[in-house]
Amino acid sequence: MSRLSTLLSREVALAWGRGGGPLVAVGFYGGVATLVPLAIGPEPERLAAVAPGLAWVALALASLLSLERLLERDYEDGALDLLTLSPTPLELICAVKCFGQWLATGAPLALAAPVAAIALGASPTMAPLIFACALAGGLAFAFMGGIGAALSLGARRGGLLTAVIVLPLFVPPVIFGGGALDAYAAGLPWEAGFALMAAYALAAIALGPIAMAAACRNALS
Amino acid sequence: MITALELRDVAVRRGGRLLFEGLRATLSPGEARALTGANGSGKTSLLRAVAGLVRLDAGEISFGGAEPSEARGAGLHLVGHQDGLKPARTAAEELAFWSHWTGGTPESAAAAAEALELTPLLELEVRRLSAGQRRRLALSRVLASPRTLWLLDEPLSPLDARWRQRFGEMMAAHVARGGMILAAVHDPLPLPARTLEIAA
Repeated sequence: MSRLSTLLSREVALAWGRGGGPLVAVGFYGGVATLVPLAIGPEPERLAAVAPGLAWVALALASLLSLERLLERDYEDGALDLLTLSPTPLELICAVKCFGQWLATGAPLALAAPVAAIALGASPTMAPLIFACALAGGLAFAFMGGIGAALSLGARRGGLLTAVIVLPLFVPPVIFGGGALDAYAAGLPWEAGFALMAAYALAAIALGPIAMAAACRNALS
Repeated sequence: MITALELRDVAVRRGGRLLFEGLRATLSPGEARALTGANGSGKTSLLRAVAGLVRLDAGEISFGGAEPSEARGAGLHLVGHQDGLKPARTAAEELAFWSHWTGGTPESAAAAAEALELTPLLELEVRRLSAGQRRRLALSRVLASPRTLWLLDEPLSPLDARWRQRFGEMMAAHVARGGMILAAVHDPLPLPARTLEIAA
């Protein structure tokens, strides 16, 4: 087994053990989806109109929950120091940590997203697109979120700072993904929105770890 | 491969405060040096600087001609105050991961656990270990993979007298094989070692 695959399996194991791991994110997601009808009223027509967008925004917020601990614990307990003392570039280490985060949190959330949207009144025919958007968008959330997690290393109330840094970076996938879902619901072409979101996710995968590694080096020194 | 460690006019500043400057020292194969100084004098910072984790304010650190990032990535171990061990993982999982990460094998990890009498503890979660057992687990990582330079930050402090002596013997054996050790200590190292003092 290569170093990176060993690190990935460790990250996923740690994420599952991290205070309930993905169950907390999925539980939060379900909680938000449950609160919406209480806030805006239970009329099916009204809920169906906002269901895809709400499911999408709730997904972005649920993705924020576990970002704080993506690097913070390794930073505090010295594991990040030791991870740097290997031939593996820190950029790759950061990429693996984000991918592990996506596997442990983003993928379960992607499974929950169609369920929540349909529960809110979205058409079941939208389920595959919601799932695909949540998978691709989850990658963008994990890799862009990693930048915020790295930049807030060592800061007091780092979780809050991470959210403040990361939310603007979540805007493009929220717009593109939400746009694709709205277009599909209206019977309009949705492919462009999905393609733009996928492109953003690829850019996040390519650039996020570079920024994360620079921020980690700065925090460690 | 690290064939020597040389510090040339090294200065480190932390939080705007100059910890030390003009520090010169060498470490050759088969040599151990005890890094001494008062609390806050910069011993930990110097070890972290050698590991590339702290920026130098001035000076240079070289590894006998090896490219610094390669030397640090494959040639040195760091055991600091924070041991990087995860409380919810078992000692076996942690030792296996870090051994693999630093180039060891399952066999070398098992041998390291045996040498430090950790084998009966391997199935315990790290949170269940005493401070001394946890330190032995952290130290087992340096035995589990062959790296030339050991950077140790107060390695013996949580250990009892027996384990201080035993790990002293292991350090001596590493030095005898041509290894190098730079260890921040308050008490004398249990092996022949020159002292590198950081003045306050």
